[in-house]
Amino acid sequence: MSPSPNTQPVAPKQPKQPAQPLIELRGVTKTYGEGAMAFDALKGIDLTIEAGEFVAIMGPSGSGKSTAMNLLGCLDSPTKGQYVLQGVHVEQLTRQQRALLRRHALGFVFQGFNLLSRTTAQENVELPLLYRGEPAAVRREKAKQALASVGLAGWETHTSAELSGGQQQRVAIARGIVTHPLVLLADEPTGNLDSSRSQEIMGLLTTLNQTRQITVIMVTHEPDMAAYADRVITFVDGQVIQAAEQSTLGSGGVGSVRRTPCG
Amino acid sequence: MWINAFLLALREIRRHLMRSFLTVLGIVIGVAAVVTMVTLGNGATVMVSERISNLGSNLLVMRPGQRLGAGSERAGSHTFTVQDAEALQEQIFGLKAVAPAVSRPITLVADNKNWSSSVVGTTNDYLITGNWTLADGRAFSTDELQSGRSVCVIGETVRRELFGAINPVGDRLRVRNFDCQIIGLLATKGQGGLGLDQDDRVLMPLLTAQRRLTGSNNVDTILMSVSDVDNTRQIIDDIEGLMRERRNLAQNVDNNFSVMDTRQIAETLSGTVRTLTGLLGAVAAVSLLVGGIGIMNIMLVSVTERTREIGVRMAIGALEREVLLQFLIEAVVLSALGGVAGIILAFAACYGVTALMGMPFLFDPMVNLLAFLFSAAIGVIFGFAPARRAARLDPIDALRHE
Repeated sequence: MSPSPNTQPVAPKQPKQPAQPLIELRGVTKTYGEGAMAFDALKGIDLTIEAGEFVAIMGPSGSGKSTAMNLLGCLDSPTKGQYVLQGVHVEQLTRQQRALLRRHALGFVFQGFNLLSRTTAQENVELPLLYRGEPAAVRREKAKQALASVGLAGWETHTSAELSGGQQQRVAIARGIVTHPLVLLADEPTGNLDSSRSQEIMGLLTTLNQTRQITVIMVTHEPDMAAYADRVITFVDGQVIQAAEQSTLGSGGVGSVRRTPCG
Repeated sequence: MWINAFLLALREIRRHLMRSFLTVLGIVIGVAAVVTMVTLGNGATVMVSERISNLGSNLLVMRPGQRLGAGSERAGSHTFTVQDAEALQEQIFGLKAVAPAVSRPITLVADNKNWSSSVVGTTNDYLITGNWTLADGRAFSTDELQSGRSVCVIGETVRRELFGAINPVGDRLRVRNFDCQIIGLLATKGQGGLGLDQDDRVLMPLLTAQRRLTGSNNVDTILMSVSDVDNTRQIIDDIEGLMRERRNLAQNVDNNFSVMDTRQIAETLSGTVRTLTGLLGAVAAVSLLVGGIGIMNIMLVSVTERTREIGVRMAIGALEREVLLQFLIEAVVLSALGGVAGIILAFAACYGVTALMGMPFLFDPMVNLLAFLFSAAIGVIFGFAPARRAARLDPIDALRHE
């Protein structure tokens, strides 16, 4: 069960090396289709994300933000260019190696929650640990802790159908962080939730980012949600037009993110 | 990896009990139908041949009239006589025994009990032609046969119904309007061909029966036992020739009697049963096929439904082969479960039916194995193939799948 050690980018192995960012995209292009039908979803993107950052990715539909998210999440590999995740060149990895990288370094939160149906919160959260080959006792303990950390202690035996949308998303977040990933990727995590639930989820992501130093990359189209991030990266037409720094926690500047198309 | 996949597979089965149940049901019914049909069919074939050979070895039965079955002939038309039997005995080469017989259903009385049975008037040759042995007592003496004494030999069923646990040899039995002394007891043969109880009969000298029961010198049936089986055809021809001569039948007139060969009947009947078994087996095979299509359906639908789940698992870091292994184990467990349940169900059904009909229970491992493998193969192929397709998708596409 362990073809993994060579591809496992374990966080504590590397002491702080300010020279190397956690994530680095260099000239990344993603082309769908071939020949005359070819379509560049990403057109040579350069992007750097430091460990511990909370980054929001925004942009209109078709701007390439989802494609970028899939690349960052190692679900897909770039057509051209380099993607370096903590020193590992993702673009050179096979399908299976990328799966192992996801298993060991990444956590996912989806817009549609994507919990397994008829499955208890506990079992959903245990799932990534199961694929990592953790023994049952460890799985149970870690999943319990993760659920507690998202405020769902005592809800372990409830199935998805018995949980509200906000609770389901919190289970999904618990599933995303239970492996202590380097990066938590959230694809429109509040897209299916009302505003007060959305605030809760964003608060939770912020807390996880600050207290656990988990790097969070979130795609959203809601400026309110993007405001929680340290930095907003805006995609338009397959390119990054702006990487605006903002002061933390909504003090500023949704308004400060200008949406001028890049000329 | 194996343990995890097994755990995940069992969890999925437990989680979707209805779906799993329906999948299994298709296999259960298909396997049970095939195994039951073939097992019962084999049992029936064996039963029929056994019982017919039980009637008597190399037995020829001569009856008046042309028809095989009951009906058409008026009683008394073209019946035989004792002289016919004697002529056959003397002139036909290759007959071991010739037994003229008359038979009537008669109510028997002993003490305060009565029982309706078949009373046969015949000679000692009847024991040879019918493969009978005596459990107790003796056969008829020459004197008893020639003078038509009131003595009888009774079958096991008659003994049980009228005398219970007592040994009746030496007791008296009232046959319609006269008393008969019981001199012997036939060894039991059990149920005969076509479900008749062979032990339900009483034998008495032919002359006694003719005088006291039928009131004529006619003989209904002449039973003959062939000593040389390979010559049966020739012997039947000789018998027919002799009888035509004795009856002065013209060349262009059909026989007004018929000679049946039980071996031939046995072969015809077991052939028929085999054909029926094949037919039932084919019908059952269709049900197995339909069950298989049901499995395909459920498996295909559920895997399509589960494409998103496969996407989630792969996003979380499951390898393609881990997902496949899980689905394979699910399919194998369900199919195997269904196969085993089907065989158990078939066993229960066969056990019940064979016990009820007194048939032998023949276990055919080949049929069980084939039915099991067929259903398992369908379950595995149609559970696994769509899962493989799903697992080959990019996780993103699988996740987006609606």
